[in-house]
Amino acid sequence: MAGLNHLSLADARDGLRARTFSSVELTQAHLDAIEKAGVLNAFITETPDQALAMAEASDGRLADGTAGPLEGLPLAIKDLFCTEGVETTAGSHILEGFVPPYESTVSAKLWQAGGVLLGKANLDEFAMGSSNETSYFGGVVNPWTPGGASVPLVPGGSSGGSAAAVAAGLALGAVGTDTGGSIRQPAAFCGVVGIKPTYGRCSRWGIVAFASSLDQAGPFARSVRDSAILLSAMCGHDPKDSTSAPEAVPDFERALTGDVKGLRVGLPKEYRVDGMSGELDALWRQGAEWLRAQGAEVVEVSLPHTAYALPTYYIIAPAEASSNLARYDGMRYGLREAGTRLEEVYSRTRAEGFGAEVQRRILIGTYVLSAGYYDAYYIKAQRVRALIARDFTNAFEQVDVLLTPTAPTAAFETGAKSNDPVAMYLNDVFTVPTSLAGLPGISVPAGLSADGLPLGLQLIGRAFDEATVLNAAFALEQAAGFDAVPPGRV
Amino acid sequence: MSLDKATVARIARLARIDVPEKRRDALAAELSNIVGWVETLNEVDTSGIEPMSSVVAMTPQRRPDAVTEGDQVDRVLANAPDSDDGYFVVPKVVE
Repeated sequence: MAGLNHLSLADARDGLRARTFSSVELTQAHLDAIEKAGVLNAFITETPDQALAMAEASDGRLADGTAGPLEGLPLAIKDLFCTEGVETTAGSHILEGFVPPYESTVSAKLWQAGGVLLGKANLDEFAMGSSNETSYFGGVVNPWTPGGASVPLVPGGSSGGSAAAVAAGLALGAVGTDTGGSIRQPAAFCGVVGIKPTYGRCSRWGIVAFASSLDQAGPFARSVRDSAILLSAMCGHDPKDSTSAPEAVPDFERALTGDVKGLRVGLPKEYRVDGMSGELDALWRQGAEWLRAQGAEVVEVSLPHTAYALPTYYIIAPAEASSNLARYDGMRYGLREAGTRLEEVYSRTRAEGFGAEVQRRILIGTYVLSAGYYDAYYIKAQRVRALIARDFTNAFEQVDVLLTPTAPTAAFETGAKSNDPVAMYLNDVFTVPTSLAGLPGISVPAGLSADGLPLGLQLIGRAFDEATVLNAAFALEQAAGFDAVPPGRV
Repeated sequence: MSLDKATVARIARLARIDVPEKRRDALAAELSNIVGWVETLNEVDTSGIEPMSSVVAMTPQRRPDAVTEGDQVDRVLANAPDSDDGYFVVPKVVE
């Protein structure tokens, strides 16, 4: 059936339950769309046979009344989640051909809820990037690239394939991870909704680790409601992850009342950064006005250490990455290069297997953790991180949520920033502070730039208060009425 | 602080990444640029502030020290570049 891939996830769920169409039909519509959209390169591995088998099983459960909350809904999974029997690469040559003998907790929860696996979505190598250009399997094309453009736009990163797949109609929803903005920034660039929940909400077990004190899984979808449905299915305590929080998981969809009367919304004044475009600033003010018009109280707040968040992140994340990625040594899985001595095998394997950005971050991380520099860089960054977290604690004594832009610009052209690491890192200026503090943040498409590209606004909340964040995002979404369609939608 | 070529060689060795001689100058410049940028943290007064290593304040969970999933040698070795008779095969470690 044509057009089934343009339904919202909630409408598709309701259509399946009403038996208006089957999961096999819904899944086939997505597989057809994926085939037509090969130029986007949104997937590293497609799993059509498995998808149809899962859809058929879902149709059986829909018929016999044992359907789960996501029964029969086709989803894309970032290729950073281990999927049993399905190649998992992390976008890296070093893991090419790796077939996990186990399933990540988050993806297992999705399948238990009835979800259907369409394939593994493209990403920056080991989730290190803000444009999806560092993937060993090639970049992803943003479906918002204007027709006839000579250079494609990037989808953002690192979860660029997940965001592009949802925007282009290749999946009803997708799963990504966010270490410093890797869900929220690509969501903004692709005009979809993306939420990073509180650190500890989703289990990290079975997710290829980048920076363990920051990594967190979250969903992409085309509406806030769809995101809430997916998030409820993904979260929950997992004894296999010692940082997984033993917190009850609310039904996030039921939190979407749209009532924001009396909600206190803070605008952090330090987020009015140099070089922010006038249209982004105007959209931010408009977002505040939309919430005020619905009864929210909007006040200015201060997060005084904001300017130090990016440098703090670019010490802590590479330090943790250099430690996590030590496991790729060519002995137990993945690539192994030949050499006469053990150390030669290690260093050749890692030189051949890791791309330039991953090597750069491992080297920076090794440097800041090395003898003589550990206190000056790593411990210093951990102290500044405490100050950044404290800024948020103080702000949340005055307000319930914070409203900010998601990214400083709309999507940019492929190659525009790839030769200047620091310019690339600045993409995450508004998302990194939340990650350092472990707080939930959501990006909602709120308007178009003068060039017709989507712009996102971010809402940030207290730890484990995703319900308030989602409800405020729902109110923002209703007011914004964003219904533009990317030219690359199939 | 700027990193010189010798420092690049030293950290590349620590990280077990083979960085060819001809790449070291360029890499030293790139890394120096990043390190120079992160040094803006020196402007922040952090006296009396405890380093933050975890964002969630919680007591680590305990579990019995027992095998939960064992006897799966074939699955453990399934992705090994080289294995033999239930073992990983690795290059000679001790001369």
